[in-house]
Amino acid sequence: MTVTVTTTINGDAEEFVCEADETLLDVLRDHLGLTGSKEGCATGDCGACSVMLDGRLVCSCLVLAAEAEGRQVETIEGMARGRELHPLQQKFLDAAALQCGICTPGFLVAAKALLERNPDPSETEVRYWLAGNLCRCTGYDKIVRAVLETAADMKSADMKSAGMKSAGMRSA
Amino acid sequence: MPEITLTQDPVHLRHGSNIGRPLTRRDGLLKVTGAARYAADNNPKGLLHAVVAVSTVARGRVVALDVEAAMAHPGVVEVMTPANRPALAGDPDAKPNPLVFRLDLLQSDRVRYAGQPIALVVAETLEAATEGAVLLAPRYESEPPAVGLDDGERFVPTAVGPGAPAELRHGDVEAGLAAAAQAIEATYETPPQYHNPMEPHAVVARWDGDRLTLDTPSQAMAMARLRLAALFGIPPENILIRSPFLGGGFGCKGLLSGPQVLGVMAARLVGRPVKLALTRAQLYGPVGHRSPTRQRLRLGADGEGRLTALEHHTLMSSSRFDEFFEPASNASHALYASPAIATLHEAVRLDCGTPMFMRAPGEAPGSAALESAVDEMAEACGLDPLEFRLRNYAEVEPTTGRPFSSKALRECYARGAERFGWERRPLAPRSLRDEHGLLVGWGVGTAIFPALMFEAEARAVIRRDGGGTVEIGACDMGQGAWTALAQIAADAVGLDGERVEFRSGSSDLPDGGIAGGSAHTATAGSAIHSAGAAVVARLAELAMADERSPLFGAGNAGVVARDGRLHRRDDESRSEGYAEILERAGLAEVEARGKGAMDAAAQQRYAMQAHGAVFAEVKVDPDLGQVRVTRLVGAFAAGRIINPRMVVSQYYGGMIWGVSFALHEQAVMDRRSGRPMNADLAGYHIPVNADLPALETILVEEEDPHVNALGIKGVGEIGITGTVGAIANAVWHATGVRVRQFPITLDRLLG
Repeated sequence: MTVTVTTTINGDAEEFVCEADETLLDVLRDHLGLTGSKEGCATGDCGACSVMLDGRLVCSCLVLAAEAEGRQVETIEGMARGRELHPLQQKFLDAAALQCGICTPGFLVAAKALLERNPDPSETEVRYWLAGNLCRCTGYDKIVRAVLETAADMKSADMKSAGMKSAGMRSA
Repeated sequence: MPEITLTQDPVHLRHGSNIGRPLTRRDGLLKVTGAARYAADNNPKGLLHAVVAVSTVARGRVVALDVEAAMAHPGVVEVMTPANRPALAGDPDAKPNPLVFRLDLLQSDRVRYAGQPIALVVAETLEAATEGAVLLAPRYESEPPAVGLDDGERFVPTAVGPGAPAELRHGDVEAGLAAAAQAIEATYETPPQYHNPMEPHAVVARWDGDRLTLDTPSQAMAMARLRLAALFGIPPENILIRSPFLGGGFGCKGLLSGPQVLGVMAARLVGRPVKLALTRAQLYGPVGHRSPTRQRLRLGADGEGRLTALEHHTLMSSSRFDEFFEPASNASHALYASPAIATLHEAVRLDCGTPMFMRAPGEAPGSAALESAVDEMAEACGLDPLEFRLRNYAEVEPTTGRPFSSKALRECYARGAERFGWERRPLAPRSLRDEHGLLVGWGVGTAIFPALMFEAEARAVIRRDGGGTVEIGACDMGQGAWTALAQIAADAVGLDGERVEFRSGSSDLPDGGIAGGSAHTATAGSAIHSAGAAVVARLAELAMADERSPLFGAGNAGVVARDGRLHRRDDESRSEGYAEILERAGLAEVEARGKGAMDAAAQQRYAMQAHGAVFAEVKVDPDLGQVRVTRLVGAFAAGRIINPRMVVSQYYGGMIWGVSFALHEQAVMDRRSGRPMNADLAGYHIPVNADLPALETILVEEEDPHVNALGIKGVGEIGITGTVGAIANAVWHATGVRVRQFPITLDRLLG
């Protein structure tokens, strides 16, 4: 049985036809050319296929494509704005917080979800949040440091812009 | 074409402009944006999907497959079985050399192990192929399998690892034990382990007549190409393998695996491009594993804690139909001084897929047992385990008397111990507790891994526009080949990294050799270094022979290449740019090739090993037996470091593999079926972030003038060695309980 799905992927309206039993991961990869999400296990154990579905972090190998109907899907391909990398991507790049790279998209999507929920996580919180993403190379340590440093950078950037705003308000 | 061998003094260049810098990954941008294209990310037009059906019995034969049911499923295009698979030109069971492994390519109905491919379904979609494979509903005639180390008849293999002798005896072990003031005997067990790269093996294969193109991860493209050429009876030049990024390898992508070839056969059968990606569960069979081991160590020491004898015996397994014998005992060859050393191996044959090189083959399980035993010996002598290791420091390779080409192990011990705070360690076990009442233990292990080299070739070009190109079919499986080799390339041709186009990851480039044995940077780097030297030499010849050049007549004084210019060695103010030299000579470019290989004479004279010292702290719940590693410090000396940023990642990776070996990973075999009962990432435990503390590594400087012209030893595997022992020893120190079975799980600790 085929189904037609109307959804939003990385902010763009998208319509696709798929089999009822196809996973969101397979549709992203095989139908839509979004191969940044990877299949490491297809059983929800490794996190390499992590995407956001209506703001919730999910393993796209455990989601049917049809479940994306009317919802917002965010994948690694939507993380940068044009050529401007997300601060996490930039930090992973600068710190070389990756090796073979197959787990990297999943880690980045999961880390972004963490910082959106908890902009100032402790090291333990980072380690437990990212416990659903497996790396075998393994770059765990650099990944944790990259996430913590990004959180600190984003916080100080926020404080700066908040400071500028309040300064502007005072002068007005 | 000039070829310059490695033994040649690298007088033409000066290091430092690129080599040694902590550059970030050149492939990083592609990887953080999801744009890096791995094998399974390729979807060429007209692609069909293939799924393998694998055996659920370990020994027997397939007596029925419901091909009709599978063919009747909508979307299924073809079912490939022994009855219709394309004929092969070469026998997949032939073994012309130890690096050719026997493959299961649907040659008969025989089943040799659980997880063996027995048919393949090709369909328009992955879902249809998957369903088709289920509908095959195979029936078997099965025989009882041999599953564990006690199931088979023991024999001494003719060779272990890739061709090392199975037995080595130096001195008289029995006499050494008889004369010892203290002696111990202990047996350690390690389980079957599976590589589990995060990227399962995948192949996208396309035939155009008798030309074959495939996207597939490979740690050794030239070898894979030769194997395919022999199997399909076509010239190697007709085969293009693209492997720009591997999603991890760890040995299981070193040699072409059966399923990868099946994908190629399926593409030939259906006449369309075919993608075959293994599932996670299908990695537990046809792509290799690390054999279980049972290792018996006998050690004797005199009254001052100096070893009088060291015997290391390993029992391990291979498959019933092929040869790979984990050389675990050889970890004892070069580490501790002893007047008598014997390393022995015996094997049994099991109904399993053939074991394979897996990150630190031999050294990983061998070091786990040796480092545990050395700790037990230190305890018997009443000595601090680090002090015991220092008393038995090998000044020369104990079994041969050869000097080490370099050995900064003392510095590793000293710097690691200082960082860790080892001097505060109480000698007695079970004497430390933290503020929550957890038992705390500190352990040390020595790391060692041989500095190996294979063979590789590279091509270097310097162009009239002042830029250069360096080409080598090298493999980046995460270790950082795209980055580190490009750094070597830039220095080799005397150019800034941004002026050098570095091409790699494809089999139509010069043979980059094997990304394995921690030898890839040394080997491929040496080839690049040689090619660069050769092309610079050609440029220098042009300049020195031209009286219009400021370098005319430099002759014996020679020239140095730097920043796109050649400088007279004896007068650096006299120089000329590459562009000017080529312009005047009327040449668009000069090119040369170079080779990298071990220097056999130096190998004869010197023992070549990388070393390190790993210090671990664990905390153990005294009631529940739960173990957590809370600190891990590794100090390593491995010759010249090309890119410290990449190298630290490799050390972290190795050390985390050590944590995994010590505490987490094991395949649990079902003794009735011969199948692993935990063939997934839920049951086959590897550490996650939450299992680990922040790690520390120390890069201990070491110059080695003998290993190769660049002084590189290799860093990919050494981190596992030492770490396993350090953790096991820390667990003992925390609890007073010595667990001799890996992984150290809470039931074993409490039991």
